[in-house]
Amino acid sequence: MSAETFEKVKKIVTEQLGVEEADVKPEASFANDLGADSLDTVELVMALEEEFGIEIPDEAAEGIATVQDAVNFIEEKAPA
Amino acid sequence: MANSDSKRVVVTGMDAITPIGNSLEEYWAGLVAGRSGTARITHFDPSQHASQIAAEVKGFDPGDFLDKKEVRRMDRFSQFAVIAGQRALKHGGLEITDLNAEQIGTCIGSGIGGLKVLEDQQEIYLTRGPSRCSPFMIPMMIANMAAGLTAIHTGAKGPSTCPVTACAAGSNAIGDAFRLIQNGYAQAMICGGTEAAVTPLSVAGFASARALSTRNDDPATASRPFDKTRDGFVIGEGAGILILEELQHAVSRGATIYGEIVGYGMTCDAYHMTAPVPGGAGAARCIQLALKDAGLSPSDVSYVNAHGTSTGANDPTETQAIKTALGDAAYRVAVSSTKSMTGHLLGGSGGIEAVATCLAIANDLAPPTINLHDPDPDCDLDYVPNQSRPMAIEVAISNSFGFGGHNVTLVFKKYRS
Repeated sequence: MSAETFEKVKKIVTEQLGVEEADVKPEASFANDLGADSLDTVELVMALEEEFGIEIPDEAAEGIATVQDAVNFIEEKAPA
Repeated sequence: MANSDSKRVVVTGMDAITPIGNSLEEYWAGLVAGRSGTARITHFDPSQHASQIAAEVKGFDPGDFLDKKEVRRMDRFSQFAVIAGQRALKHGGLEITDLNAEQIGTCIGSGIGGLKVLEDQQEIYLTRGPSRCSPFMIPMMIANMAAGLTAIHTGAKGPSTCPVTACAAGSNAIGDAFRLIQNGYAQAMICGGTEAAVTPLSVAGFASARALSTRNDDPATASRPFDKTRDGFVIGEGAGILILEELQHAVSRGATIYGEIVGYGMTCDAYHMTAPVPGGAGAARCIQLALKDAGLSPSDVSYVNAHGTSTGANDPTETQAIKTALGDAAYRVAVSSTKSMTGHLLGGSGGIEAVATCLAIANDLAPPTINLHDPDPDCDLDYVPNQSRPMAIEVAISNSFGFGGHNVTLVFKKYRS
């Protein structure tokens, strides 16, 4: 996992969910550990799409449960 | 008229976030001192607008009361209501627990709702497309969300609703809450009005309707109800919240009682979207119905907190309405428009003006109408010009009139066991 991607994701998650940076660990679950509800999740996905210039379809978004999942998806899709 | 089974309802808590003070104490101090809250608009660059002034809430940081995430997902009008609602409960010493939660509700009116979030999201829609619109836009925008969020943040699980009757919304909310308690549907209600519509689109729209003052070079004197040189209202923002409570419920927990709400009248002009009916018959009937509801007569009234917007149409029409409703007694009451200081909070105005009316009763002091130096000849009542006045206030009424022809009058009385 690229440290750069993780740092960018961490920044967005911190901003969007109003959580402490230290809590945004790779294994943290958006719903269970970071308090994201269904609307937060939609907004977070939109912010990640904007930041990385990618599209995250709803089906894919459903599979993104943790910070690590998000980083993996982004690294797979993001233009190099 | 209240039937024999109806309960007495008292005011046991209050809070206000206003252009002249962000707490109950500061607000009252501002009213007593006759302070103007109007200045050049800072929320956006107003230089292209005809009206460039507003009574904004100043130095307010919602982060002092709510966590970062909560702040981000609430429009400003909801932030005002939630914070004022929580503080009003605290002021009243009323704790919401599992035992009483279902008997306590919220009724908080707003005339406009979350216009800021709508304007911001419209911009995103136009520049970045529909897929970039926030999932929070609708829940943040809808006018009822102040009542919904106040319930969420206080745990009040009883009746929860939101009148959207323009500038009468806050007073309708308090009147409706009064009826709910009077008829046994709730033991206590967190009620009032909130607004945060100092936004580019709102200011443009009200200005196009020729409703706003354009006294841009002298903002502090722009809101001048009943004065001959008035030229429109000054848009304001903020929230005023009361805790209304069934009398026995309040007495049994040893609550401090600030006053009693005894009457509620409402009528409609059924005449025009924005103009009051000439002669003020709708407003006059409203005042009469409220006094009848209270079982009081015109000579019982000591103080009227007027709607008093500082528009050409309202002030003489309301004056006529007061004279029709109170007859000869109209010339013996003190009438003041606190909008001369706070500006016009639209749906929030009924909330902060009910607070002002209750404080006037509790302190035996009528707040002034400031900037009143040259009264309109058609405005010939005692408007408490420029200086607050110590006087015995046993009964006071508060008027609110809204676009659509909605008229509301609330009657408050000093509490006597």
